[in-house]
Amino acid sequence: MDIKEQLEQIKKNALDMLNSDSDLESIRVKFLGKKGELTAVLRSMGQVSPEDRPLVGKHVNEVREAIEQAIENKKSSFMEKAMQAKLKAETIDVTEPGKKPEIGHRHPIAQTEEMLVDIFVGMGFSVVEGPEIEYDYYNFEALNLPKNHPARDTQDTFYITDNILLRSQTSPVQVRTMENTKPPIRIISPGRVYRADPADATHSPIFHQMEGLVVDKGITMGDLKGVLELFAKKVFGENTKIRFRPHHFPFTEPSAEVDVSCWECGGKGCRVCKGEGWVEILGAGMVHPFVLRNCGIDPDVYSGFAFGMGIERIALSRFGIDDLRLFYENDERFLKQF
Amino acid sequence: MILSMNWLNDYVDVKDIDIKEYCDTITVTGSKVEGWEKMDKEISNVKVGLIKSVEKHPNADKLVVCKVDVGMDRDLQIVTAAKNVYEGALVPVAISPEGAGLVAKVHGGEIKTGKLRGELSEGMFCSIAELGLDLHDMPLAIEEGILILNESKVECKPGDDVVEVLKINDTSVEFEITPNRPDCLSVIGLARETSASFDRPIHLHKPVVEEAGGDIKDYVDVTISDPKCSRYCARVIKNVKIAPSPIWMRMRLKASGVRPINNIVDITNYVMLEYGQPMHAFDYSCISGKKIDVRTAREGEKFITLDNEERTLSSDTLVIADAERAIGIAGVMGGANSEILESTDTVVFESANFDGTSVRITGKKLNMRTESSGRFEKGLDSEMCLEAVERACELVTLLGAGEVVTGSIDIYPNKKKVYKVPFEPKRINEFLGIYVSPNEMKAMLDKLFFSFDGDDLVVPSFRDDVRCMNDIAEEVVRMYGYNKVEASRIVAQLVPGGLTPLQQFRRKICTLLCGIGYDEICTYSFMSAKLYTKAGWKEGDESTKSVEISNPFGEDTKTMRTSSIPTMLEVLETNATRSVPSVRLFELAKVFIPRENVVTNIHGLEGTLPEERQKIVLGTYGSGNDFYTLKGTVESLIDSAGIKNVRFVANKEFSVMHPGRCADVYINDVKLGTFGELNPTAAKNYTFSSRVYLAELDLQTLFENIQKSEKYSQLPKYPAITRDFSFVCGEETAAGDLAETIKNCDKTLIEKIELFDVFRGGQIAPGMKSLSFSVTLRAKDHTLTVEEADRISRKIISAASFKHGAEIRS
Repeated sequence: MDIKEQLEQIKKNALDMLNSDSDLESIRVKFLGKKGELTAVLRSMGQVSPEDRPLVGKHVNEVREAIEQAIENKKSSFMEKAMQAKLKAETIDVTEPGKKPEIGHRHPIAQTEEMLVDIFVGMGFSVVEGPEIEYDYYNFEALNLPKNHPARDTQDTFYITDNILLRSQTSPVQVRTMENTKPPIRIISPGRVYRADPADATHSPIFHQMEGLVVDKGITMGDLKGVLELFAKKVFGENTKIRFRPHHFPFTEPSAEVDVSCWECGGKGCRVCKGEGWVEILGAGMVHPFVLRNCGIDPDVYSGFAFGMGIERIALSRFGIDDLRLFYENDERFLKQF
Repeated sequence: MILSMNWLNDYVDVKDIDIKEYCDTITVTGSKVEGWEKMDKEISNVKVGLIKSVEKHPNADKLVVCKVDVGMDRDLQIVTAAKNVYEGALVPVAISPEGAGLVAKVHGGEIKTGKLRGELSEGMFCSIAELGLDLHDMPLAIEEGILILNESKVECKPGDDVVEVLKINDTSVEFEITPNRPDCLSVIGLARETSASFDRPIHLHKPVVEEAGGDIKDYVDVTISDPKCSRYCARVIKNVKIAPSPIWMRMRLKASGVRPINNIVDITNYVMLEYGQPMHAFDYSCISGKKIDVRTAREGEKFITLDNEERTLSSDTLVIADAERAIGIAGVMGGANSEILESTDTVVFESANFDGTSVRITGKKLNMRTESSGRFEKGLDSEMCLEAVERACELVTLLGAGEVVTGSIDIYPNKKKVYKVPFEPKRINEFLGIYVSPNEMKAMLDKLFFSFDGDDLVVPSFRDDVRCMNDIAEEVVRMYGYNKVEASRIVAQLVPGGLTPLQQFRRKICTLLCGIGYDEICTYSFMSAKLYTKAGWKEGDESTKSVEISNPFGEDTKTMRTSSIPTMLEVLETNATRSVPSVRLFELAKVFIPRENVVTNIHGLEGTLPEERQKIVLGTYGSGNDFYTLKGTVESLIDSAGIKNVRFVANKEFSVMHPGRCADVYINDVKLGTFGELNPTAAKNYTFSSRVYLAELDLQTLFENIQKSEKYSQLPKYPAITRDFSFVCGEETAAGDLAETIKNCDKTLIEKIELFDVFRGGQIAPGMKSLSFSVTLRAKDHTLTVEEADRISRKIISAASFKHGAEIRS
């Protein structure tokens, strides 16, 4: 048997053994070890003619590599099998419930307020707050509503004393701001307000308002419309339109009630807009010169606009809630929905 | 204000305009329509019928068969059970003859041709109720039976449409008139608005009075003794014949929401609706001494008003008095002592102007609000008094209700001032952001009865709401169209907007609490004072002294809370009673602390505003919640503010909390708040089935102590050594104190101390406990040696033993 045949035989034997035996290490020793069969062949290289040696050497190496590769393949295949077995054994029921950390929820009114605030902050407005227990002066008198003014009838107010009351609007914050700040003024004042309306599905003695005020040189009624249009699009969607209806507020002139096109039906008329196609959402107007002058701002130099909206009203529409009382009941199952 | 469209059409003809379009347009120009209703919407095909024969029904004793002429080519047959029909009577018939394709409708439903006990009936005779009327509208009719038109003196003939002959063919439009426009609380006021809005002519009518002789001066003398009455006009009517007013007047009153009474009273109401000028009629025979004086009442004077209520007047109440006594409360209501009765023979009409504020105060004091006072309190135009009373006289003659005594009384000491406003078209355009040419603007204002005096606009006397440029701008823009104003972008200096640091911090707190499972609640800031004691406060506790509302609905809305805990407890209880097994809730809640004599304003206003503080209130119950999880939340909040120097001190005194499970938190020496378990004694006042944990921290204090450094500190370069110590000590030894002792053993090398186990029982003697601490040691500048660690360990052990008698557990 020449050396070439001998090598082929070794290779065959080794591969056969690998197919039947699993002890990879003893196979490696038997064929590739120091005393292994292939090593023995190498040792017998002396008998090979010098010109044949490179060829035989190459052949030996080929056989060695083939055996090593076969052993390596076998090893990987064993590991793969072991891994498969392990993975199988470790399989779990992924449909069992997760271990979920309980997450809390912001109150829907707070969420709505935050959304509104962010819209106006984006337009460069500052957020100003003020006391909820206020002087009659700031809540009414400075706003062109002297005592015994008939327009006071439209708001039933809770009083602490003759001069101190629970603010019925966030407008006193505007007055305080105008007293303390020189124009340009661009503020919103979100907060709690109080009216002596017993609680029912659409009324609450406590609710939240957000008012805005802009005072500067050259502010126009068109600017008011521009700001409110942007706002309406952000809250109710890009296709929202707004409509102004003349109204009366003592602290603005001209004044308007502002409707937005119904977000439910887009203006065709539905249950939400009571068939009108429009939903009243806020009041607005150009700041009355009496109010400006009263706060030390010259109405011949400056003009401004103001607007106000009920946060609950927007929250109700946004979430499709039909009873205001749910907001103040704080049933956890309600709170968890937002 | 409810407007009769028929009445409006007397002044401005808008008959051709669809009612919906009318309402939409007039709303957009400033007179808001709340709704409208056609008075005859329930009625159709009801004709006047002449009964030609009445015969017994062959098959029914209680029915009769009538032949009726309804203006058709043949007579109809109607079967009725009514008892009051007779040959020759004119009656309303709802007709629906077979094949005519007519559907008759009345209040109560559709009427169809059918057989009644075998006899054909081609319609139905109508009662007043079936026409939507009552005995006030048709005083000569009867309720049970058919309306006999000739008995009710209705002029008509067979075939006439009943809706027209009875003037039911009207539409009522309800307006929401804002308080600045009392002039629009009248047909004429709304006619002016209609004329301007639709650009149609207005037909104003100057009343013509037919005087019947005599001299009013012989009847009555009028004086004004108080300036709160700016004008008083009067007329006297003699030979009065009290009767129902004619159907057209009754139906206009009805369409305007006013109930007809009798001709004289109806005339005063008619004029009030037409002009907006409240009027009053006194029975002349009840006026003592031929004298009318407008004066203030005597304090405590008793007076019985028309509604038969006895009122106690005060010295600021303006009254109409005769020589002896009050006969009316000015602008509010007349007196029972001078009421118009069936027997009234001579009447004094009053048309006067009273100060709005005075009427308002009187109305409030007496708790009375009438059609009249509701108008006066908004401030009426004194210029219209005389014309209104003239109109009343004209109507008296027209209705044949009496004879007008020659002469009128008009006491008008100071004629109303005429107001002028500069006409500034350029400024108005700039202010509105529109362009209307000065001539167009003039035309708009002209339609609204403004006139010009050089460069000034003369404000009509009925427009007391117009005093400055803004007011004129509003007139212009509402006529131009609010919705034609183009939206524009503010062109102005940039101003830095955004949230203040405190507002940002509040959002952060909310985000953090939501992140660890707390749901936010929103509660009322007022409550019943009873909730303090329910929550465990002692009666009269100083901290429950609250700001109180002087006009609450009741106890529940009276007390402005000084603590956010009672309202939190109510919400927890609501959830517990609804079987929510466990909750974690929070609120950023304002509390109101009364204070005195602190200047909180710059206008020298009376009284002091309370201090308003915002609290972070936490409330939990149910599984996963105990004292230490709540404490952990408090610690997380403090950590989020970067605050390090915090102390927790047991509080055994706060009656709301469990005396053994309550702590105060201090930042340095400033108290941040209190937390703990609801006192089991107080818990008995609630329906909780598990323990309740509460915390109240002061948001402002937390915010003011924020210690967040913006700079980073280097990560440690050298390894740490950790040593565990299990000490056995007495129950009285607080873990926090022991940890503090450990900390003080080496302030530079001790990095962290952690209590990882508390153990009682087993080998630990009763009254003792085992506290296991893990102490991390690290040096900043070198690898700590075992010797250094051993030295600190020995120091810790001896300090624990020395200070607390704590020994290492063997």
